[in-house]
Order: sequence, then structure tokens, then C-alpha cells
Amino acid sequence: MKRWIEANSWTLGLAVLLALLLLATKLIQPGFGASGLDSLARAALPFALATVGMAIVVIAGGIDLSIAAMMAVASVTGAVLMQGATDLQSVVIVLCVLLLGLAMGAINGLLIVVSKVPDIVVTLAMLFVWQGVALLILNAPGGGAAPWLRSIAAGGLPLPGLDWLPRGIVFLAVVTAAIWLPIRRSKLGLRLYAIGSDALAAFRSGVPVGQTRIAAYALCGLFAALGGLSVTMGTGIGEPIPGPYLLASVAAVVLGGVVLGGGRGGLLGPILAVLILRTVRMDLTLLSVDPNVAAIIEGSIMVAVVMFGAVLATRGRRT
Amino acid sequence: MTMTDTPTPLNRLGRLMIDQPLLPLIGLLILLVAVLAILNPGVLSMFWAGNTIKIAIPLAMLAACQTLTMLTGGIDLSVGTVATIAAYLTATLAPMIGVPPAIAIALAAAVVIGLVNGFGIAVCRVHPLIMTLGTALIATGCLLVYQRYVIATGVLIPDFLIWLGTGKTGGLPNSLVLFVPFAALIIWAQRRSGFGRLLYAIGANEAAARLSGVRVWQVHLALYTLSSLIAGVTGLLYLGQIKTASLSLALPLDLPSVAAAVIGGTSIFGGRGGFGGTIVGALILTVLTSMLTLMQIPEGGRRILFGLIILAVTALFIRLTDRS
Repeated sequence: MKRWIEANSWTLGLAVLLALLLLATKLIQPGFGASGLDSLARAALPFALATVGMAIVVIAGGIDLSIAAMMAVASVTGAVLMQGATDLQSVVIVLCVLLLGLAMGAINGLLIVVSKVPDIVVTLAMLFVWQGVALLILNAPGGGAAPWLRSIAAGGLPLPGLDWLPRGIVFLAVVTAAIWLPIRRSKLGLRLYAIGSDALAAFRSGVPVGQTRIAAYALCGLFAALGGLSVTMGTGIGEPIPGPYLLASVAAVVLGGVVLGGGRGGLLGPILAVLILRTVRMDLTLLSVDPNVAAIIEGSIMVAVVMFGAVLATRGRRT
Repeated sequence: MTMTDTPTPLNRLGRLMIDQPLLPLIGLLILLVAVLAILNPGVLSMFWAGNTIKIAIPLAMLAACQTLTMLTGGIDLSVGTVATIAAYLTATLAPMIGVPPAIAIALAAAVVIGLVNGFGIAVCRVHPLIMTLGTALIATGCLLVYQRYVIATGVLIPDFLIWLGTGKTGGLPNSLVLFVPFAALIIWAQRRSGFGRLLYAIGANEAAARLSGVRVWQVHLALYTLSSLIAGVTGLLYLGQIKTASLSLALPLDLPSVAAAVIGGTSIFGGRGGFGGTIVGALILTVLTSMLTLMQIPEGGRRILFGLIILAVTALFIRLTDRS
């Protein structure tokens, strides 16, 4: 038990911080309840899905700068195709968009492996490419979303006693668990951590490094597609201009205890970190702080925590 | 073993690129200009050349920040924000307190951002990518707050900055007056000065540099402060060129500045490259952009081609210079 706590101290600390923040929210606004939680979950959903995708790539020792642009492509593709589609058609469309995300991610990974260009440069170049694709598909925000899709992440759970639990959180938990847990338990999960930890050692132990790297980027693309769909879910239209998801997801990944460079960390920490950042933003709005000042405070918190974490990591390595 | 003894033309080209990385880049630049001339006869003129150089200079200066930080294996993604802040501060403060104090405050703000970057990267050992993105976010927030509380006294863009940014003398842009000494200084400093060699040493092997007595944190602190200062000066130049004070003035140059350094042959992992290649990289990007604009491809298509060409050039460069 003690060892488990020590091994997960960072994640536990984040969970405690989140609980404290939610408590503070309740103190700031005594009326904070199910509806507040619901709007928090809805605002956090695209950020959380982007962070999960980014976390997987970072664990595997890479980084994906094109994640926000891929989300834009998924969002506009879904919105354009779904406009005026029946429910059955829209289910097929959603599946196609997810496949598209997987394919976009796999293209990123394939280019990195084949060209041997550093992943930062490849995904930087692909950022322009995916942005261009999104603009070609839809020049200005537009399109539509199927009603059932919009209701997935809005409101509470339709279960007695659990109706305070926002559907957005449940959706996030179910999707992440359904995709990540089987992978984490399989050979692929072990390989992702192995190539992130030391690609050469992994190669010499017989891990197909190239294939694993492509798989990591494909998974990132899949979560980017989910994130893009969740943008469409929230607004009901497709957004061809990428949102601020790149910076936010990298920050949340680092805050969540995943080491840049790879091999260490999980997905729970980053998700908690996203919720913390969104709660801070909500609290500042509730305190009627100027949104620009709120952005400064949010950024300072992020930088301070990252600096603190880096100092801790350096200390840990020395002792 | 025998493979290496019989140099194929490709190998020889690779060897040439390692020894003279500028030659193939200049070749590519000439090729692009030739394609442009074929696609659009009559576009090439002294006027066009002057304009291209004028547009490429701010990009090349921001790419200098990327080149220097990338030599140590870092990156500075706050340059666009710093340039924007310096430009905006100068333009809005000049009518109130006069031009020289406004410029002093603008550059001081740039140095402060650089010091914060340097502190985080050098002392706390935060990854440069995260640190510079984070300070960029905070600085943008500060700029927005400043913009809301600043007394609306109008905008004044100093005359000498307009002269520097847009003026031309004998067909050549006046910004060369700033850029030529700047480039000469950087190219001299990177190879000949102690500081420049320290950058290469840290980028090639940080542990070895540390063990040979280099105080790595001091170098990082100085480097990121210098990088911000360059970005601030670029912001002033860019202000004179664009002639409006906007809150997102130089932000679109952020990622292209990385691309210019990478195309110019600077390794993002550190220890290899130099500013000479970066200048040619910036020119290539500028010619490429004007080519894509002239071809009247829709905005989306232009971005796709831009990304793919950056990727192709970098991949080719790495493939050819790979000794193993």
C-alpha cells in the first residue's frame, strides 16, 4: 500500500488538488452543482481528449505538434458529412471520421519512421498540411451535427442517484478506458513504454520500434479525431481553424506527470491535470476576473508547476 | 566495407553537403526562382528581388533565435510573441513618453521574458519547448491586459523604423543596414567566439561540456536572454515594415522561423548547423510563399504544399548528409 502511494504520489497529489479546487468552487459559488459540473465537463472534453492523444505519443518518446490541426480536420469532416444525414448514416460517418483520425496519425508516424526526420519537424510540417486540408474541406465554420451525437456529452447520467455525474466525464472515462486499457495490458502497451524509455535498448530486445512508433501516432490521431468530434458535439458545427489545444495538451501532459522524452507516466495524471486547469479557469470566471488576467494566472500556474516538477525530477535523479 | 570505398554520385553529393552545406541550399533557391520565372514570366525584377529580401529579413532574424537555441538542442517558441510585444509597446508608448524611452521599455520587456525563459530552462531544467510556450502564453495575456488599460492616445510608429522597414535605397531595402552587420556578427560569433563554441559544445554533448568545466546554466541563461533580445529588435523592424500595431503582429512567423532554421540545415537535436544556412532557408521560404501566392492556389492548398515542401527538403537534407 505504501509503495503504491509512493509510486502514484504525483497522480494522487493531482487528485487531491482537483478535489480542493472543486471545494473552493463550491465556496465561491454556493449554488455550484450538477449544471456547473456539466458545463465544466463539456468545456474540458476536447482538451482532455487532445491531452490523452498527446500523452500516448509523449509516453512513446515523441511529440505531435499537429494534434490541433488533426482535430480541425476531424471536426469539419464530421460536420460537413453529417449535415442533413439520418441517424444511421451519422453513425457510419462517425466511424469513418475515427478511421480518418487513425489514418492521419498513421501518416504522421509513417513519415517520421520513413524519413528519419525528427518528430518535432515532421509534425510541424504536417501541422500546415492538416490545417490546409481542414480549410479545403470547409472554408468557414459550418456544417451540422446529428442530435444523438450532441446529446452524448450534454446533461447528467440518466440513472437515478447518479444524475449529478456529467455525461461528458463518463464519455471521456469510457472512451479512454475502452481504447487504452486493452492496449496498456497488451504487448503494444509494453512496447510503447519501451521505445519511449530507450529506443535502442528496445530495438535490441526485439521490439519493432518503427511499427510501435506508427501505432503511437495512429492512437494519437484517433484521440484527435475524438477530440475534433467533441468540438462538433459541443458547438454543433465544424471548426476549420485549430483551437488552442496544442499548448494546453502539452502543458497538461507535463503537469500530469508524463516525462517529456518518454517512458514514464500514465493517462490518469494528464486527464486530472486537464480538469484542474479547466476548473481554475472556471473559478476565475466565477470570481469575475478579467478573462485576460485569467489567462495570465492560468499560464503562470502551468509554468510554476512545470518548473516545480522539473526541479523535483532533477533532485530525484541526483539522490 | 567496399561500399564506402566506391563513392556513388549520391554519396559524393552527400559529402559535398556536409562540407559545404550552403551550396545545395543556394542551388535549391536558384531552382525555385527559376521555376517562378517560368511560371510567371516577367515577375523577376530588381523590385521583386528587393521586396523578397525585405520580407525575408524579419523571418531570418527570428530564425536566428531558433538557430542559436537549436544549436544547444533547445528551441524558442516565444519569439513571435516577444516581437509582437516589443512592436506594440513601442507603437503605443511612443506618443506618451517619446520614442527612445518607448524603445527602451520594449526591449526591456523582451529581456525580461528572455530572463524568465532562461531561468526556467537553465535553473529549473524545464524542457525549452514547454518553457517558451508557457512564457509566450503568459506574455500574450499580459499584452492583452496592457492593451485594455493603456490610455488611448493613439499609435505612433517612429519615422526611422518606417525608413528601416519599408524604405529602399537604390533598389535594395534599407533593412539590410540592420541585417548585414547583425548576420555578420552572428556568423562570426557562432564559430569564432567562445560563447558560440560553447553552444556547439553543449548541443553536441551536454554531459561532456559540463565535465569540461562549462557552466551550462549560465550559457542557457545568456542564450535565451539574447534570443529574446533579437526577437525584440526584430519586432521593432517588423513594426516599421507592417506599419500597424496589432496584437498578433509577428505571431504567424513563429513556426516558419523554426522551418527556416531546419531547412537551413540546423539540427533540432543540437550541435550542427549555422546561421548561414538559416538565411538561405528564410529566403527559400519567402520565395516559396510568393510562388504559391502567384499560382493562385486556394489558402488550404497553399498550406498543404508549404508543409509538404518543408518536410521533403528536410528529409532530403538528412538523407544526403547521413554518414551511416
